[in-house]
Amino acid sequence: MSEGNQYDAIVVGGGHNGLTAGAYLAKDGLRTLILEQRHLVGGAAITEELRPGFQFTTFSYGLSLLRPEVIQELELVKFGFMPLEMPTTFCPMENGDYLLMGPDHDANLREIARHSPRDADATERYDHDISRVMQYVKPLFDRMPPNLFSGDPEDKAEITWLLQHLGSGDKKVVHDTVRLLTGSIADFLDDYFESDVIKGHLASSGIIGTKVGPMSQGSGLVYLLLAVGEHDGNIGSWSFHKGGNGGVTQVIGRAAEAYGAEIRLNSRVNHVLVDNGRATGVVLDDGTEFHAPVVISALDPRHTFLELVDSRELPNDLVEAVERYRFQGTASKVNFALDAAPRFPALGDRTDQYRGFINIGPSIEYLERAFDQGKYGWYSDRPYLDCCIQSFLAPDMAPPGKHVMSCFTMYTPYELKGSDWETERENLGDAAQRTLASFFPGFDDLVLQREVVTPLDIERITGLSEGNIYGGEYLAPQTWIFRPAPGYTDYRTPIEGYYQGGSGTHPGGCVSGGPGRFVSQQVLKDRRP
Amino acid sequence: MVLTTPFHPRLSELNETGLYGHWAGYLSALRYQYSAKNEYFGIRNAAAVFDASPLYKYWIRGRDAQKFLEGLMSRDVRTCKPGRAQYTIWCDDNGHVLEDGVLFRHAPDEFLLTAARPNLGFLQDQVRRLNVEVIDASDDFGVLALQGPRSREILTPLVPEVAELSFFGMTPAKIAGHSVTISRTGFTGDLGYEVMVPAESAIPVLDAILESGAPHHLRPFGEEALGMARIEAGLPLIDVDFSSSRFAYNDDQRFSAWELGFGWTLRGIDDDSRVFTGRRALLRERDANTSRWSTVGISIAQTDYRALHEEHGVVPYMDEIPVDWHTMLYENSDWVRAGYATSLMYSPLMQRHIGLARVRPHLAEPGTIVHVEQTINHEYFTVPATVVPLPFFNPERKVSMA
Repeated sequence: MSEGNQYDAIVVGGGHNGLTAGAYLAKDGLRTLILEQRHLVGGAAITEELRPGFQFTTFSYGLSLLRPEVIQELELVKFGFMPLEMPTTFCPMENGDYLLMGPDHDANLREIARHSPRDADATERYDHDISRVMQYVKPLFDRMPPNLFSGDPEDKAEITWLLQHLGSGDKKVVHDTVRLLTGSIADFLDDYFESDVIKGHLASSGIIGTKVGPMSQGSGLVYLLLAVGEHDGNIGSWSFHKGGNGGVTQVIGRAAEAYGAEIRLNSRVNHVLVDNGRATGVVLDDGTEFHAPVVISALDPRHTFLELVDSRELPNDLVEAVERYRFQGTASKVNFALDAAPRFPALGDRTDQYRGFINIGPSIEYLERAFDQGKYGWYSDRPYLDCCIQSFLAPDMAPPGKHVMSCFTMYTPYELKGSDWETERENLGDAAQRTLASFFPGFDDLVLQREVVTPLDIERITGLSEGNIYGGEYLAPQTWIFRPAPGYTDYRTPIEGYYQGGSGTHPGGCVSGGPGRFVSQQVLKDRRP
Repeated sequence: MVLTTPFHPRLSELNETGLYGHWAGYLSALRYQYSAKNEYFGIRNAAAVFDASPLYKYWIRGRDAQKFLEGLMSRDVRTCKPGRAQYTIWCDDNGHVLEDGVLFRHAPDEFLLTAARPNLGFLQDQVRRLNVEVIDASDDFGVLALQGPRSREILTPLVPEVAELSFFGMTPAKIAGHSVTISRTGFTGDLGYEVMVPAESAIPVLDAILESGAPHHLRPFGEEALGMARIEAGLPLIDVDFSSSRFAYNDDQRFSAWELGFGWTLRGIDDDSRVFTGRRALLRERDANTSRWSTVGISIAQTDYRALHEEHGVVPYMDEIPVDWHTMLYENSDWVRAGYATSLMYSPLMQRHIGLARVRPHLAEPGTIVHVEQTINHEYFTVPATVVPLPFFNPERKVSMA
């Protein structure tokens, strides 16, 4: 065994969590190796030039949940961190009208009043109530979940804190929180709003990446996850990082290297070396071995527990829980290179509405009907689309006058009934494009290139099981003290020296860096004498 | 895109500064002339018009309209007869103030409510089983406030009925052939009227008033001059002096009607036939004497103010534009907190700095001295001020009939 292959810590997977974990460990002085299977870091947060001058955000496309602690502690600004404001959200309607939300509170109220004067003051109450819920749940998001079942004094102390915190909420906040944790976003919105387009706009955040419709219980929880982020202190706001989310992972990668981590590309880990219940290193597909007393898997739980190690090394309850853990990816991406900006007839030649998300989900009914097809194993013929013409946000995304448009597309179940994604890939692209053309007449003529990324493609390219963008569904029994499995939430595993820190652990998916940060904290704590 | 009011086409022609702010989604002039003080003296010494159209407006109609408002409003709406207007507030169950507004009673079962913030959903949700309809009329009317000692002389030739209007009286009328509602109301604490005009008639009505006012030096005034006048009048402004308890994050950001100096609107609260939201809590607070704050006026000792600045080699700063922060007040030189001024300005009329303030109740007695924080040369000092009753300025002409 050569000296050069000996490290203090090895991180399996160069996605944003792997890079974050590696950066923290290296910053603390550990000789750290990050192994990435592909030719570039970033995992599902990458930006690729698929056509000269056109930058595609292949998968992940917006930034909000990245923990402020990660930005500060890793000093990401030094390495090029630059989140750009997305000042608008544009919601075209099927009757040709639209809802255009911007950065000005009062102007938004007037715009909402155009659709329903009732909903204007409802919006103020809703925003306030949601921000109260965020105040209440965010501390849970930003702390390691306690192990309720361990009896360990540290866990008991954390449970004491938890009970005290939960008891600190007033009755409305507690009730609103429980309603969102357990109920549907549609029910919650019905308490405030009457306008379809406002409800559609808000409900969309309750379905992102998850096999639920807005009327399903569980959509409230997805809404909470997506609302707990922030941009420059604005809770629930999203930004677009310079260069896309590939830009973010390049920044974290640069930080990791600057702190001394070594990143090795084109290095797919075949399995983790375990000796007598203890991790000792990893083996690549080509047989190369690297050794370290600490191995972190930043992959999803299926890879971490069922593929990288022999499951006979693990307790049965963990293996069974991970086998039951639901992935069932249901989201795709359809990305376009465009010859010019799409035209929305009611706004004439205006393009200022494109400086943020474009939400093609004009009502709860639209979303729920899209779900109906997904529920039974087919993709929506009029899908929900969360679009962004990113070249309006940053000029480096496309040649002058040309555009790239990222369209997050639902519902597209991983398992198709009676067909497969190799057969249906371009049909899905057609469905998305047809839907866009129905809101933006002449859209077809603008398309220079189209990239369709199905759940199968997400799985093949990034390794995310069944193409689930969160590293596992964000459903109540799979979150927080149950993520990835009850009793296995402290980022350690039953194999000594083997740790887990991917999006399948708390706080979960999206580009948060939270799992990567927590796992590095746990590793550093365990190393202390 | 920011909206413009029905008067905007004409008033924008008169705006020499091009300075506008945004008010409730509308373009709203900060000042029309380079001197806001000149506009302010229009209010106090001649007459001036203010475009208050961005106010939200709601019709409240139906057999139970009075009953509905009795249950909602902290002030006794039964005392507001048809043909009268009433300044009022509404509270939550804890007696914390939600918002304020003005009710115009057009008929026994028909009110129009103006408010600074949107309220349609809130009002409709309160209707429950009553026979009441709440209708949004925010965009239907322009609101023009004609304020100042000459305002009656300007309006009377156009609308003779104005001569008979008492304070907070209102009347339907015609100006230049257009139907309007005129009320003797305003936010300046001076003699003044508000003209509510259907949006489509706004320009001819405005033109008629401007023409009638020309010999009286009538000028438009913007938000800055209004902000000065309303402080002298002791009128608290939502989102400046207080904010709605509905949007507070904790009780430190909520204030009861007593604490905000709205006690006068609670007259008759002991009458058990009055049942309105927050009443029980307000009674409890009064009886148990648990108010945390009193709202008072403070009047800075101007000689001390000047001396403090001059001692430190600084020209005393006397700006009539209210400071846009809350200024800390102390009980004594040991920096024991007394409260804070929510609005503070130099009043050209009073020739001294004045402020609306919240102080601990034991300091509310007129004549009490508090110490106002001042930063001079980047160091903290205090200057004494006297607690005074509100309003600072309350001319006889505001309510007199001639």
